[in-house]
Amino acid sequence: MRNLATLLFLGGLVFLLAAITGTLPFGHPPMLVGQAIQQAAKPEVGAANVVTAVVLGYRGLDTLGELAILFAAATAGGLVLGGVQAKGRNNALPAAGFVLRAGTDVLFPLLLIAGLYVVIHGHLTPGGGFQGGVILAAAFFLPLLARPSESLSHIWLSVIEGLAGTAFIALGLGALYNGDAFLTPLFDKGMFGELVSSGSLPLLYLAVGLKVGAELSSLLMRLAHDDGAAS
Amino acid sequence: MMGVAIIVVALTLGAALAVLLLENLLAAIAAASAVSLGVAVMFVLLQAPDVAMTEAVVGAGLSGLILALALRRLGLARLDVPTSGENTDA
Amino acid sequence: MSTSVGLVFFIGAIGLCVIGITGIVLSRHLFRMVLALAIAEAGANLLLILAGYRWDAVAPIFTGTAGGQAMVDPVPQAMVLTAIVIGVGVQALALSLVIRIKERYGTLDMQEARQCMQDDLDDAGGVTPSRSRERPAGERPIPAPTVLNSTGGQHD
Repeated sequence: MRNLATLLFLGGLVFLLAAITGTLPFGHPPMLVGQAIQQAAKPEVGAANVVTAVVLGYRGLDTLGELAILFAAATAGGLVLGGVQAKGRNNALPAAGFVLRAGTDVLFPLLLIAGLYVVIHGHLTPGGGFQGGVILAAAFFLPLLARPSESLSHIWLSVIEGLAGTAFIALGLGALYNGDAFLTPLFDKGMFGELVSSGSLPLLYLAVGLKVGAELSSLLMRLAHDDGAAS
Repeated sequence: MMGVAIIVVALTLGAALAVLLLENLLAAIAAASAVSLGVAVMFVLLQAPDVAMTEAVVGAGLSGLILALALRRLGLARLDVPTSGENTDA
Repeated sequence: MSTSVGLVFFIGAIGLCVIGITGIVLSRHLFRMVLALAIAEAGANLLLILAGYRWDAVAPIFTGTAGGQAMVDPVPQAMVLTAIVIGVGVQALALSLVIRIKERYGTLDMQEARQCMQDDLDDAGGVTPSRSRERPAGERPIPAPTVLNSTGGQHD
């Protein structure tokens, strides 16, 4: 009975999705908003990467909401999983082997540079705060894999996260002071295609990158903390 | 592009089926990462490098790491096939 | 040529959605449900990107050389960028809930966990359950009563 219902449901789902996609003109989208944004992005925002112009310039409020959701998820995960210091590290894992330790020492600065590059060049090339933030979180989590007895400071991570979030909102409020809408890009557009250009977009992405990196490394540390409760 | 598209779609769908059918959960996590990687390649083919980078970094890297850490905390991360308990009927 | 490539991609996207939702519906293991959710999410993201693809266009990034080259639609791409990052947040939250369920009830089977939660609710409300574990009300028997009894001491 249950399997029959499931089969019917899946058949209906396939039919529904096929019907929706059947009406889509593949390769020739109408692009009413997209066309306008592509023409306006270069003079208005000044970012070479149009996706970044949409994410931070035209839709900055959505990005703020996205950051809020990520913050809520990380906080709720921390609440549910419990504090790291509360139970202590009674049975910490033994240190990793030589290959992992040496590889970590080599990879850590490279990952740091790669993450910062991806964050700072978010308005010129593919990438940006979210991707770079994840790379930064991975860079800071790697030493914990090699040396399980060490641990990052949760206080510092919280301070970085809070400062980055405050900076994002302060940049948004600065636009209000100028008489524009919330999160309108500030400052001079600069030379198109240069590293220092398109106003406050690189600063916004730097804030996003630091916030995402701090949140995710804190979450990874909580998950990695094995208190030996499960079998 | 046609040949590449067929190969990538077939590999991705195969990995997605493997996620549901594999007994070992660690292998299922690896298959889920492979699905994300295949979808990232499709994004590159569809002229979306930003999204492809996000999917590769987040979906294939971080998501697999989070899943593997959670599996270790659950005490189910073992490389051999589980003999009893934790049976799945997916 | 254009439409046949589109057909292949659409088959991939719909297939990922359907496989993911099948996993969510049919699987009883909580961890595998989280994995299936990630797959369904990837399929939905792929559908959105496909809706904005343009046949004769390049990626939406201004380069120095290309003059009036057409670009694909940047709006769905920005939306999917948001969706992917939120997806990993949802996944982390779901995993921490799964870990808590395992710590509290000692099981990862969805029906056993649901039964344990119902018992907890009955205990908290002071209600004697109208059904017994030996003869449940539904048509499906509760899978393993011995496991329930052996781990039942945790939530008293």
